[in-house]
Amino acid sequence: MTGTATLAVAAQEQVQQATGVASAAWLLLALPALGAVVLFVGGRRTDRWGHLLGCATILGALVYALVLLFDTIGRPAVERVSEVHLFAWIPVNALQIDFGLRVDPLSISFALLITGVGGLIHIYSVGYMAADRNRRRFFAYFNLFAAAMLLLVLGNGFVTLYLGWEGVGLASYLLIGWYTERPSAATAAKKAFLMNRVGDVGLALAIFILWSKLGSTQYTEVFAGVGQLDSATLLAVALLLLLGACGKSGQFPLQAWLPDAMEGPTPVSALIHAATMVTAGVYLIARSNPIYDLTPDGRLAVALIGAITLLIGSVIGCAYDDIKKVLAYSTVSQIGYMMLAVGLGPAGYALGIAHLFTHGFFKAGLFLGAGSVMHAMNDDVDMRHYGGLWRIMPVTFVTFGLGYLALIGFPFLSGYFSKDAIIEAAFAQQEPWRAWVLGGAAMLGVALTAFYMTRLMLMTFFGEKRWEKLKSEEGEDYHPHESPAVMTVPMIILAVGSIGAGAFFASGGRLASWLEPSLGELAEGGETVLSHGVLLVLSIGLMLVGALAAWLFVGRKAVPVVRPEPVSAVVRAARSDLYGNALNETLVAKPGTWLTRALVFVDNKGVDGMVNGIAAAFGGTSGRLRRLQTGFVRSYALTMLGGSVLVVAALLAVRFA
Amino acid sequence: MTSSSGSVLLVLLLLVPVAGALVVAFLRDNARLAKQTALLFSLGEFVLAMLAWFAYEPGAEARLQLHFSVDWIPAFGVHLSFGVDGIALVMIAIIALLVPLLIGASWVDKLPEGRSAGGFLALILVEQALTIGVFAATDVFVFYVLFELMLVPMYFLIGSYGGARRQYAAVKFFLYSFLGGLIMLASAIGCYVMAAEELGQGTFDWPTLVQVVSDAPLTNQIWLFLGFFLAFAVKAPLVPLHTWLPDAAAESPIVVTVLLVGILDKVGTFGFLRYLLPMFPDASKTLTPLVLVLAVAGVLYGALLATGQRDMKRFIAYVSIAHFGFIALGIFAFSSQSQVGSVSYMVNHSIATGMLILVIGMVIARGGSTQIADYGGMFAVTPLLGGMLLLAGLTTLSLPGTNSFISEFLVLIGSYPREPVYTILATIGMIMAALYVLWFYQRVMHGPVRGNALLGAMSGPGAVADPETATGRRALPDLDGREKAVLIPLVVLIIGIGFYPKPVLDVITPSVEKTMESVQLSDPVEGN
Repeated sequence: MTGTATLAVAAQEQVQQATGVASAAWLLLALPALGAVVLFVGGRRTDRWGHLLGCATILGALVYALVLLFDTIGRPAVERVSEVHLFAWIPVNALQIDFGLRVDPLSISFALLITGVGGLIHIYSVGYMAADRNRRRFFAYFNLFAAAMLLLVLGNGFVTLYLGWEGVGLASYLLIGWYTERPSAATAAKKAFLMNRVGDVGLALAIFILWSKLGSTQYTEVFAGVGQLDSATLLAVALLLLLGACGKSGQFPLQAWLPDAMEGPTPVSALIHAATMVTAGVYLIARSNPIYDLTPDGRLAVALIGAITLLIGSVIGCAYDDIKKVLAYSTVSQIGYMMLAVGLGPAGYALGIAHLFTHGFFKAGLFLGAGSVMHAMNDDVDMRHYGGLWRIMPVTFVTFGLGYLALIGFPFLSGYFSKDAIIEAAFAQQEPWRAWVLGGAAMLGVALTAFYMTRLMLMTFFGEKRWEKLKSEEGEDYHPHESPAVMTVPMIILAVGSIGAGAFFASGGRLASWLEPSLGELAEGGETVLSHGVLLVLSIGLMLVGALAAWLFVGRKAVPVVRPEPVSAVVRAARSDLYGNALNETLVAKPGTWLTRALVFVDNKGVDGMVNGIAAAFGGTSGRLRRLQTGFVRSYALTMLGGSVLVVAALLAVRFA
Repeated sequence: MTSSSGSVLLVLLLLVPVAGALVVAFLRDNARLAKQTALLFSLGEFVLAMLAWFAYEPGAEARLQLHFSVDWIPAFGVHLSFGVDGIALVMIAIIALLVPLLIGASWVDKLPEGRSAGGFLALILVEQALTIGVFAATDVFVFYVLFELMLVPMYFLIGSYGGARRQYAAVKFFLYSFLGGLIMLASAIGCYVMAAEELGQGTFDWPTLVQVVSDAPLTNQIWLFLGFFLAFAVKAPLVPLHTWLPDAAAESPIVVTVLLVGILDKVGTFGFLRYLLPMFPDASKTLTPLVLVLAVAGVLYGALLATGQRDMKRFIAYVSIAHFGFIALGIFAFSSQSQVGSVSYMVNHSIATGMLILVIGMVIARGGSTQIADYGGMFAVTPLLGGMLLLAGLTTLSLPGTNSFISEFLVLIGSYPREPVYTILATIGMIMAALYVLWFYQRVMHGPVRGNALLGAMSGPGAVADPETATGRRALPDLDGREKAVLIPLVVLIIGIGFYPKPVLDVITPSVEKTMESVQLSDPVEGN
């Protein structure tokens, strides 16, 4: 370990006070936060220009982030980690929690992702939300989200991270429940918040343990001290952080909230539930790399969770007809890949982050494309009602198509580089069973991904125009059309990212070496159990098999407008989210409800009754007692009052006499 | 008579509300003038409290400041002596802040037949003076007298101005507290006797008693501890002594519920810190498991019951029972972080729950029902009210960035090193808080406009109300200027303390350190 992480160690030890451009890093948070405050306080008065302010603040932050990037690149590698102290946040004796920022390659990269992709989605939303009379509130929530997300990645300790962590959770809650009059939206928002809270408790407990053992919650001190911890403590912290990551990133067993989160407007799904917030779990693990470096068991748990989730997500993704749900399960699955990668430790941190960034581009692009399609189709999300849209929506089709190719790992597009690197690293695990299990899961995922995405492409853009013969829910005809430029331009820019980002990051290990001061040197993969050539052929082959299978199912023959029933047990299970919700319902919700009902009964009859009963036993029947008490207490209270007035009067009289 | 500079402030803090009450009581015939006068006095009191805040020196050697003392019953060594430490000061400040807001909140309330606004406000002001006295008393006998006297205005506030079952609730409240207090009196006399044996002359002076009683044998300490504990545990309230609170909270007028849950109940947890720990340190340490079990039971039991409530005000009562569990946990986990957490929890709970109750009061004022099922989908009609309810809910579930997070986090992180098991159990309360708050919010605010109370208010029973139409909105108006003025100070405090709690923590910390010294325990984590 010591050999591979020298630069990181050197950089961590030399964490210095930020100077120059970096010392103004608070601007990154302050701009969107200010936007949110103005929009909240201004209310309806900001209706006319609120959306412009919302875009301006995030684009301002983007400009600053770019300046910061070039400033940092200009410094020698060991001087690229610095901190900005803002104020003492929670200081009580030995516990000194700072409100401060850590400016390093990892946080700068995230800041660029959040403000860059976030900025594009802000602009897109100006068009997408144009008809909503509460558009400025939407932008207030969006700015709030951006500020919280930037704090999450920039905070210089676990508690500032926690503040951002729950801040993005709040923004997510508000935006999932955007259509407040829809009961399903409200329920989905609450579910997201609750399942996240389960994860948050894990994060909180990890913080408590670190504090009790190391006397600090700041990164600098924690990471300097983790070497002293025994392996059981390290494993406990690693697993608790993983629980937090599972909640926020929709990983098994806390994945059920993310697909429901698609109740929010589509830009929300693109920004929060695809590109940025849901990847916070991956960030948490990568940021905590000094902890995971020391606990191989903890890393294995992360990698296994990633592997399980990537399979769950891609299997369920094959069964849905709702375009956003398919993309949501795709996100679950792709974050599984990232978790798998960061679970490989020094051999994978940078690979996980690289996939996170390429995914940020192409998945955001896919969601915006889906939004564009829905916009054209009266907000209908059922792909069985689509078909043949490629000719009507050429820009959407091309940009969406590029995102699709990037996602399934088509050679030389973004996903090809970032995902194949993960598969290769998984197969390079030293113990053969790990190599086969983790690598095998990742490889199987390739075929499944190609299947569900090709199915989505075919059902949406190709085949018969099924919508011609249908009416929308409101009983209107469908009149699909291309979206306005304010929506298509962001889609085009993201498509460019989908094409080029992977190659740009991968060439010469550019991203990995840039992230070295934060994550340590990318460890060379050892021998893979299958040769590189075989792996390459396998992954491209499986991708083609998946795509071909999808064509056999939905491309070759007509797609039924109503989904076929009955179906095989496997499809039924996939349509029921592999019974994740049913499990939650049986294990948690039902027993909880019964317990609550029982306790309410006991509290009313039992505890209270017991006390009243004791009183009654002393005074005869309780009815008589109550009458007696009423008179008794009233006169007693009056007597006390009168008595005390007399005492005070007497005392005054005596003293002044 | 001894006094220090600034002690005149404390005298004024005790007397101004009483004077206000006397004046207002004579204005029974002119409700408007009575309200204005009461508001004026309460604002004056707030200014005095702010002066006291700045006159207090947190870093000074003396724990009790702004001190003054007058002989009262020399034969029994009773002095009317008052003084504040950081813990008492923050409580007094929050009382002084809340009362003007409560007067504003009750401005247009309809009182029961035959009751006057003057009488109501006079009782509120008297209650304010008495609670400030309870927090400032430094003579155990004076503390006891005020502790019991405090029940009297409250009894009339609930019994004369409350809801349908107000008599039952008022009696139950009074009996519980009063009997708890009597047992405390027995313990206080026990301390007096002990001092008489030790010093040759009995005294109720708190600093003296601390020195005398804290060296007593463990058995004696335990008996005396239990006497005080019972009174405080009823007040706080800890499970299973809590059943008076839901009834009292449900039957009280809204602003009285705020006083009851937001201020009066804190006397219990304040008593833990001020009396139990310094006077009976060995008993406190021995009986820690008992208190911690009750505390964590309260956290979980309160949360589960809150989830199951149908009445909004009973819901608040159970939420508070859960919160008091956290406060008790922090106090008996014995670290300066957890205890500072508990004290700041007492302040922040007053702000957060005060806000929650007031906003729920504004909901009830529009619909006329306290049943949750009578509402639904209000957000579409009254978005600002909805936003305020959400903010109050978020601070109730201790979302980071709000004031309550600071305290709950300090309680938990400070409790973990010494009491990991109880802390882990209490964190389940964090998850449940999200459930009961957001479920409550969803039922009242989200979905289509529904519920008998709402539809009735908007367009007559049974008819379908349309939030899009002007008539629908006029029948159910959003927050007006008065309501905004009441809520804005609370919103500012919720966010302000959430991001910059240092001024509050700095006042509390030195007093908590002195408490830790008196139990002769040092922090489990010394830091690096």
